[in-house]
Amino acid sequence: MIRIEGLKKSYGAIKALDGIDLHVAAGELFAYLGPNGAGKTTTIRILTGLTRRSAGDAWLGGFHIEKEGLKAKKRFGLVMQSINLDQELTVWENLDIHGRLFGMSAGERKKKIDQMLSYIDLIDRKTALVKQLSGGMKRRLTIARAMIHSPEILFLDEPTVGLDAAIRRRIWALIKEIQEEGTTIFLTTHYIEEAEFLADRVAFLDEGRIVTIDTPQALMSRTGAWAIDHMDAGKMKTQYFQTRQEADTFITRQKESYTLRRVNLEDSFLLLTGKKVG
Amino acid sequence: MSGFIAVYLREMLILRRRIRRQVLSMSVSPLLYMIAFGYAMGGIKIEGHSYREFLIPGLVAMSSMTQAFAIAVDINVARFYWHIFEEFQAAPLSNIAYVSGEVLAGMTRAFLSVAIILVIGLFFRVCLNYSAVAFWLAIALDSFIFASLAVGLAMLVKSHADQAMFTSFVITPMAFLGGTFFPVDRLPVWAQKILFFLPLTHASKAIRASAYGHPVDYSSYLLLAIIGVVFFFGAIHCVNRARD
Ligand SMILES: Nc1ncnc2c1ncn2[C@@H]1O[C@H](COP(=O)(O)OP(=O)(O)O)[C@@H](O)[C@H]1O
Ligand SMILES: [Mg+2]
Repeated sequence: MIRIEGLKKSYGAIKALDGIDLHVAAGELFAYLGPNGAGKTTTIRILTGLTRRSAGDAWLGGFHIEKEGLKAKKRFGLVMQSINLDQELTVWENLDIHGRLFGMSAGERKKKIDQMLSYIDLIDRKTALVKQLSGGMKRRLTIARAMIHSPEILFLDEPTVGLDAAIRRRIWALIKEIQEEGTTIFLTTHYIEEAEFLADRVAFLDEGRIVTIDTPQALMSRTGAWAIDHMDAGKMKTQYFQTRQEADTFITRQKESYTLRRVNLEDSFLLLTGKKVG
Repeated sequence: MSGFIAVYLREMLILRRRIRRQVLSMSVSPLLYMIAFGYAMGGIKIEGHSYREFLIPGLVAMSSMTQAFAIAVDINVARFYWHIFEEFQAAPLSNIAYVSGEVLAGMTRAFLSVAIILVIGLFFRVCLNYSAVAFWLAIALDSFIFASLAVGLAMLVKSHADQAMFTSFVITPMAFLGGTFFPVDRLPVWAQKILFFLPLTHASKAIRASAYGHPVDYSSYLLLAIIGVVFFFGAIHCVNRARD
């Protein structure tokens, strides 16, 4: 559904993307995990036609992003990192304009807008001005807007950044539901739990390159199952173990304080790149 | 077609939300000019008309330029502040549909401001020949030119400050020199030659002539139409440049 080959982008001397290759299958929820400045937004901007690529190619649903730009654009919905709604217009007006941009008839628009608004629990705020909504509501509205024209692919650029934990869970549930309806999802995040919880497969992105791509389980089990954070000569160190038994053996020899926990994606990322994601 | 309507409708919905403020702000400067210059130049006759009768068509020309050009501000706000422009960029919307929608929105603002000026004129008992097709056609061409220029520039600038620079160095001087407040032929010949190249000079000449019921000078209309078409296609070309 999404195919990227040798994608590069430079801003002057800065190499924002340094040769990206990946393939996302139909119906998959693919997470692009990397620290700030890794090139997540740049990738989405190029795929969606907001930024020009420097080299490489990409196809969405079989259509080349530039040579068949208008056709490629019908395939996806886009949720940007910042809330880009018309604040002075109503909820309904924002969605209606989006539907018109995608050439939907009046009947189709009305049906789909009502359906999406019920879906995100904002049906009773239909005529409210966007500026009167809370942050979480606005975020849900940007997701609903991206889904109005029933796209095959949904791009989500850090969809839960700046939201509190409860609202974040709610957005996650919404994303899962959208995937269950058959939409392919390409999500960027620098939240470990988000990738762990949602993704079928994760790409680790660091300085414009993909370090590895795999399922969250496979990535974590490559690192180990258990981790012990402990003090060693005044420094915090982490040791990884495949079994609980190995971990327990280590603990019996441990003199200073320690924490035993399950391995998470942060550990995998740290081992592969030497950096933390968040 | 649907995309063009979406772009235009969005601007109109925003305009409707602000209509009171908009009408008020569109009224202030013409009102001040009519009062201040009207009294100051009270006794003067130009081409057999009172100064106020001279001023109204000039303000119509000036304001259809500045209000059409002001669409650039809305585009910049949408682009740099709210990032709504990304919605258009990521939609299957052709450049011509986008530019046409914004240009028509600029022209709509221009016609709104013209209506306000004509009403203000009536308060000062200025009633010229507004029923001529030539009068409205000249306004349409004037606003078409400057809305197209505005859309093109809005695609090229990297910040709103760049746009503001252009307004102060090009639009504002033209507003004062292009035959709004005094006849261009009172200026030295060298200045007239320069002003001949400014579209507003031709627009205000055509608007004033038609409001006075003088015969139509087709060459002015042709010239304005050519400039407008060039700017319009220039704007379409510039849309791709807005991608970084
Ligand atoms: N418009 C731009 N001009 C110059 N550099 C940019 C621009 N956009 C992004 N960059 C640079 O490209 C790199 C990747 O940025 P980005 O894709 O936004 O990262 P992420 O979304 O992963 O945080 C960063 O080093 C950033 O500074
Ligand atoms: Mg980003």
